[in-house]
Amino acid sequence: MSEKKPLWQTLPIAGILLEPKSSLKYKTGDWRGPFTPKINQEKCTRCLLCWIYCPDGAIERVGDGVRINLDYCKGCGICVSECPVKAITMERL
Amino acid sequence: MAKVIGLTGDEAVAYAIKQCNVDVVAAYPITPQTVIVEAFSEYVFNGEVDTEFVCVESEHSAMSACVGASLTGARVFTATASQGLALMHEILYIASSLRCPIVMGVVNRALSAPINIHGDHSDMMGSRDCGWIQIYAENVQEAYDWTIQAFKIAEDKEVLLPVTVNLDGFILSHSIEGIKVLEDEDVASFLPPREPVYTIDPNNPITVGALALPNYYFEFKVQQDHALRNSFKAMGKVFSEYEELSGRKYDVLHTYGMEDAEIALICLGSTAGTARYVAKRLREKGVKVGVLKPWVYRPFPEKEIVEAVKEVKALAVMDRACSFGAPYAPLGSDIASILYKSGLDIPVVNYVYGLGGRDVSPLDLEAVVNEILEVAKTGEIKEHLKFLGVR
Repeated sequence: MSEKKPLWQTLPIAGILLEPKSSLKYKTGDWRGPFTPKINQEKCTRCLLCWIYCPDGAIERVGDGVRINLDYCKGCGICVSECPVKAITMERL
Repeated sequence: MAKVIGLTGDEAVAYAIKQCNVDVVAAYPITPQTVIVEAFSEYVFNGEVDTEFVCVESEHSAMSACVGASLTGARVFTATASQGLALMHEILYIASSLRCPIVMGVVNRALSAPINIHGDHSDMMGSRDCGWIQIYAENVQEAYDWTIQAFKIAEDKEVLLPVTVNLDGFILSHSIEGIKVLEDEDVASFLPPREPVYTIDPNNPITVGALALPNYYFEFKVQQDHALRNSFKAMGKVFSEYEELSGRKYDVLHTYGMEDAEIALICLGSTAGTARYVAKRLREKGVKVGVLKPWVYRPFPEKEIVEAVKEVKALAVMDRACSFGAPYAPLGSDIASILYKSGLDIPVVNYVYGLGGRDVSPLDLEAVVNEILEVAKTGEIKEHLKFLGVR
């Protein structure tokens, strides 16, 4: 929180971001509450519906399967409700 | 020799746009602005310009398309009035905060209800805090001249802000005046193609319109305010260059008779002409009346107005818009504020006049002058805010 932020004179105009992909630095996983999604890899059929539905792109494809990138997962649980074989569950960590 | 042609206010704006090498026009028709885009669409149809003309389904879409086009580096124009400007309101703020140098003709018209198509400044005053440079033309010649200068001011790298050129609905938009127009090549040399600072370019990706939370948003607003206030500097350069080209000298404030004025009238737009006519006649009888016309309303020419009025004994501020429930109407508020800031104790009477296009005659303004002379003599203000000519 004590990070020194630039003055108005030195910021690019209009809030333009000149460097692409800067949102990667913003770890929205901090927003997640006590519940975290967990994938049961044995039940998972690799249908990729969770990967499609995740509004934050926090589900990543690894090989032919998926994993959850907790740096960006806000814990909304949409993957849990969309998984047709109930391979994802919300668990209190 | 300057070419003189007869054009209405709307046609003059369209003629100026034809000469300004505009890349994109996205507009939606609304009385009394319709003729601008109608006349311009004929230029497009006839192949006299290579402008991309976008017919949109609303003013909200018109301004949105303009913002998108401007971000690609295009020179962009649109025009609207009244309800149309009100519908654009949301996007006006986005245009100025994304620093899009769009030029827009606003043909001032009353806001509903009751529905009314005639001229007053309620539309622009309703959006006066939108962060645009706001210019008011007095006559058709000025509407033409300001439109050309507006692009140069807007696109200056120190400014990068959109500009509205306001002209009074019907009084200017539909009145034919003989105006001096520039040669196409002179406008082209005055206004070379836009050189954008940042553009949307797939080979050089940038992010525009990202989120800024409480820890960043405020800084961008201060940047914007600074750019608007600072735009006077660019205007000075543009005025000199335009004078050289056209022989017509513009400024942020026009004054008449202020060297020895005891009282003065301040007004925007076409009423300034009537006010000067009245002042001239009264001055022949020895009444020392001056007239101030802020050509540029935002940023507000504080320094120039204070300098011009510091010796007067009373002021009439004429507003063609009502600020419901406020201490003064918009221009009245601004004048009262700058007098307070500069420590000038000059009595002010704020007149709201001409709403819904009600005519203001020389006799009406003469009555105002007489009231202000009385205020100057007695130092007493009976009513701070008056509604001129209302039954």
